[in-house]
Amino acid sequence: MIKVTDLNKHFGEQQVLHNINITYNPGECSLIIGASGSGKTVLLKSLVGLHKIDSGEIWYNNIQFNALSFKDKKEIRKEIGMLFQGSALFDFATVEENIKFPMDFFTNWSNKEKLNRVNFCLERVDLKNVNNLLPSELSGGMQKRVGIARAIALNPKYLFCDEPNSGLDPQTSILIDQLISEITKEYNITTIINTHDMNSVMEIGDHIGFIHKGHLLWEGNMDNVLKSGCKELDNFVFASGMARKLKSTIQ
Amino acid sequence: MKKALEQLGQYFLLMKVVFTKPDKSKLFWKQFFVDAEKLVLNSIPIVAVISLAIGAVIVIQTATNLENPIISKMYVGYMARESLVLEFCSTMIALILAGKVGSNISSEIGSMRISEQIDAMEIMGVNSANYLILPKIASATIFNPLLMLMSFFLGLLGGALIIAFTGIITMHQYTEGLQFAFQFYYIVYSMVKMAVFSFIITSVASYYGYYATGGSLGVGSSSTKAIVVSSVSILIANLAITQIMLN
Repeated sequence: MIKVTDLNKHFGEQQVLHNINITYNPGECSLIIGASGSGKTVLLKSLVGLHKIDSGEIWYNNIQFNALSFKDKKEIRKEIGMLFQGSALFDFATVEENIKFPMDFFTNWSNKEKLNRVNFCLERVDLKNVNNLLPSELSGGMQKRVGIARAIALNPKYLFCDEPNSGLDPQTSILIDQLISEITKEYNITTIINTHDMNSVMEIGDHIGFIHKGHLLWEGNMDNVLKSGCKELDNFVFASGMARKLKSTIQ
Repeated sequence: MKKALEQLGQYFLLMKVVFTKPDKSKLFWKQFFVDAEKLVLNSIPIVAVISLAIGAVIVIQTATNLENPIISKMYVGYMARESLVLEFCSTMIALILAGKVGSNISSEIGSMRISEQIDAMEIMGVNSANYLILPKIASATIFNPLLMLMSFFLGLLGGALIIAFTGIITMHQYTEGLQFAFQFYYIVYSMVKMAVFSFIITSVASYYGYYATGGSLGVGSSSTKAIVVSSVSILIANLAITQIMLN
């Protein structure tokens, strides 16, 4: 479980996050949604410690993460997997070496054990015979899958995904969403996904938090997001032409 | 001025993180040899070509200017050796490496920063500065003085080759000059300079790459800054080391 209380974050004079209070539970896909520039990515990066927060608390179970030293944070970070918007696969390494990377640092497994784990993770994300390819030789969807495989290499308790569908076609997006959702439930991971893709919201949003101009305006799930009663959320949800037409047809 | 001081402070803070014990020594050594190949071995061709050419040019210029019959032609060899060992093989080669190796390092680390690969390492709990920068600094600082030695011998060889082709002086005069008043300390001085310059090149370039911002334009700009700052730092360090070791 991850619990955030009274989180505030400024960049210079500009306050980007205002008093965020939210709890993320294991086994659920928790989505942070909002328009570009609303503060989603800042919140996600604050949660993993890439941004230092100005005030508030971030708890990983019963440990206050933001109060830990760099060295102590390392112990928590071993339990974190993260999928980046651009996959962030290491250019200098093959797919196999990318997935092995966290194992090389934090396990004493033999090469055979590491290879078995690499192949298991690749199979889990439906990739085969790509071990020796470089990231530049993969399609965007395949890079995301390898990113997921690397994120789950050490059986994380927490999985963070920054816009996992950006740059992907709708079909591949759905496959990636389903994969993240399956893994979350299978391994009881606390998964936090930062997205503005409404397909993801309706497919895997077990828990949804809507951020608008740095404020958490609404919390709910995929069943009640369309009838939230929140004007800003409605504007966000029904922003696309297709959604507006559907809404007017239903009305 | 304030910004420059802030950057200096940020540089030293980064170095503090870089010079910590590697998480896994096996991975450090693996990266050390990868970087040694990339930064030192791959620089051999350019250093060799420039050293041969400059050695030859120094011999031609010195021989042409030593027209006075009282001064022995042997001094051509002597002056070529002193020019090469005292200044060319360390300072000039370091300035060339600041361009070649410095831009390589800052653009490599900078593009890793921009594409969030460094963030990915940090989130895994890996000390990215230590993993990416320490092997570069260590391999260049240890092996580049050997590159300086190679440059010195190739410079002398360049001089010998031009003499063989043109007969501008005799080979005997040249070799006699090379052995005249030889001081081994100058070799040590030059190797120390090269080690310090290599540290400057790799650490400054890594610093600018590590804190690169602003997409691909930012990577290009960090690369340019790395070359300019490390070149100026090399010249200042050259003055300081020369004052300390030769005065």
